[in-house]
Amino acid sequence: MITLSDYLVLSTILFMIGLFGVVRRKNLLMLFFATEIMLNAVNIGLAAISNYYGDLTGQMFAFFIIAIAASEVAVGLGLLILWFKRKGTIDLDSLQSMKG
Amino acid sequence: MEKYLYIALFAPLVGSLIAAIFGNTPKKVFLGVITSSLIFVSFLSSVLLMMWTFNGNVVKAEMMDWITAGNFSISFGFVADQVSTTMMAVVSLVSGIVHVHSMGYMAHDKGYNRYFSYLSAFVFSMMILVMSDNLLGLFIGWEGVGVCSWLLIGFWYHKKDEPVEVNSSISPSWAANEAFIMNRVADLAMLVGIFIIFWNIGSVKYDDIFTGIQSLSTTTIVSAGVFLFIGAMGKSAQFPFHPWLADAMEGPTPVSALIHAATMVTAGVFLVVRLSPLYEMIPEVGYGIAVLGAFVAMFAATMGLVHNNLKKVIAYSTLSQLGYMFVAAGLGAYWIALFHLATHAFFKSVLFLGAGNVMHAMDDELNIKKMGGLYKPMKHTAIIMILASVALAGIYPFAGFFSKDMILEVAFAEHSYLLWTILWITAGLTAFYSFRLIMLVFFGEERYKAFGFHPHEAYRFQIIAMIPLTILAVIAGFGEHSFMEYVSHILPEYHGHVSSGTVMTLIAVTSAMALSGIGFAVWKYSRGGFSKSWENTFIHKLLINQYYIPKFYDVVFSKPYKELSTFAWKEIDMKIVDATVDFIATSIYDMGESSRSMQTANLSQALKWMAFGLLVLVALVFFAGLK
Repeated sequence: MITLSDYLVLSTILFMIGLFGVVRRKNLLMLFFATEIMLNAVNIGLAAISNYYGDLTGQMFAFFIIAIAASEVAVGLGLLILWFKRKGTIDLDSLQSMKG
Repeated sequence: MEKYLYIALFAPLVGSLIAAIFGNTPKKVFLGVITSSLIFVSFLSSVLLMMWTFNGNVVKAEMMDWITAGNFSISFGFVADQVSTTMMAVVSLVSGIVHVHSMGYMAHDKGYNRYFSYLSAFVFSMMILVMSDNLLGLFIGWEGVGVCSWLLIGFWYHKKDEPVEVNSSISPSWAANEAFIMNRVADLAMLVGIFIIFWNIGSVKYDDIFTGIQSLSTTTIVSAGVFLFIGAMGKSAQFPFHPWLADAMEGPTPVSALIHAATMVTAGVFLVVRLSPLYEMIPEVGYGIAVLGAFVAMFAATMGLVHNNLKKVIAYSTLSQLGYMFVAAGLGAYWIALFHLATHAFFKSVLFLGAGNVMHAMDDELNIKKMGGLYKPMKHTAIIMILASVALAGIYPFAGFFSKDMILEVAFAEHSYLLWTILWITAGLTAFYSFRLIMLVFFGEERYKAFGFHPHEAYRFQIIAMIPLTILAVIAGFGEHSFMEYVSHILPEYHGHVSSGTVMTLIAVTSAMALSGIGFAVWKYSRGGFSKSWENTFIHKLLINQYYIPKFYDVVFSKPYKELSTFAWKEIDMKIVDATVDFIATSIYDMGESSRSMQTANLSQALKWMAFGLLVLVALVFFAGLK
């Protein structure tokens, strides 16, 4: 029997993996992946709790997040390609043009 | 009749506001004319009110509600009864004449417009003071005249501070502050007195006070009476609050005539007369007032004997005459106090205006040792001042004779022979210093020539303006009986029992004293006055240094206060208060400085900080959620 806490544990583990990725990775693409993992971890949590309470609001919210994540990735990837064309790298340390 | 009450009250305010609009523009002669004529409008209304109240009518007016809090309510209420109309008429008459005289005196002053604005504002405040029907309204007027007095004493605020040897008042702004601060000290006591009355009676209206006071314990009435009288002492410059009045002579001379002789300084006497039902119930406090008054009368007169500053001599004379008024008020002869107040206002303001003419002629020289023989160039001023001095000395049939003699009579009738003796001697001193002044200024050797002065008579209109007051100073005494009938509608009649034979003896003795004072002064100063060695005696030094009281105040109050202030500034404020505030500021600054290293412009580092912050927040939620 899979209980609510199992889902929440899974969600937490995924979130931690994503957070770890955000902190450790220097590659912008990998950063996007990590962010997506975090977003989906949250989605799992929302869907599980929504099901548990029998309230559809959480699942609806998850859909919104999926939609927004998709558009965000689209914009982000577009910027990333532009950046790569200009600098030839997608290393995070290269994004320092605003350093004072 | 209410209409005239409001006209009398607000005409000076209108004049003041009109003049204030032109405050910083060059001299405009018409402002002097407008303010003066508005004051005369006020005077006419006061006279109309006086005629209306002659048969015992009283005009009362409630302008509007002022403070309403819970069951406490005060309205802006005014009353024109016999006491207040007397004051209104005296104040508006003297100030009208002073306004006219000032047009000549201030003719060449840059602050001409400003001056008239202040002067009319003073009259307005004084009107509030005398017309209010409650103690709080009186207090507003009380503070208003204080502010105007401050503005006018310090009118020439740009004059530099000088050492005490050169100018005993140091500078006009110093003198103005001294007057203001001393009055503040006394006003605190006055406020306490008002609070005591409000606390016990629940109202500050005179009518309520006089009915409510009957059921109070003697201790309460005594404390209220004493505290209110301390307030009166400040305004009327009674000992120990007297030094400010002599220093207040730094202001323009017409101001001294109006504020520091005829009106404002008599506000203390007015307060005691106004609250006569209260002081009637506590004769022992009244006796204390009389003793203080007699002491000040003599104390100030002795200082007037030796001073060489034209205005200061007259200022000490004012102090001395205020002492006389307090003797009368303290002994229960309220109407006599009010009568002396009125006659004194006439002759003393004339004396000051005459002194103003002399000063003008002598290029603001005040040392009477540098004058002499001014009778020739300034005949009119001289005659007017001699008449006023005779009135001040109390010679029959001049006004001062009637009022002063009645005060002596009261002292005798109350069996206060000590007070009578003091006042009797003071009458001689008064006559002496008045004529010492006259002799040194107008007669004898023409010493001014050695100093290169070219005295000239004042403008004709100034002399003409002074004539009505001079006439009053001469004849006002004959109004004695009608005045008594007039104010007896509200003031208690005074019944002293002295047989008519004794009265005649008293009059003879007093007149002899005054005449011998005059005679001695004329005889002595027509022969060149006292020798130089007199100036080195201890008594002369004591008197010329005003009994060392200003010095005493300087050492006992001013200097320690300055030390304390310096300590509070350097040790408490700089090291504790400022340091605390600065510490908060610098610690925030330092925090920013040290957290600057976080900002490396490296995204992955920023992300790490973000993750760290998130963890902290989660931890916070976790621990806070445990509770």
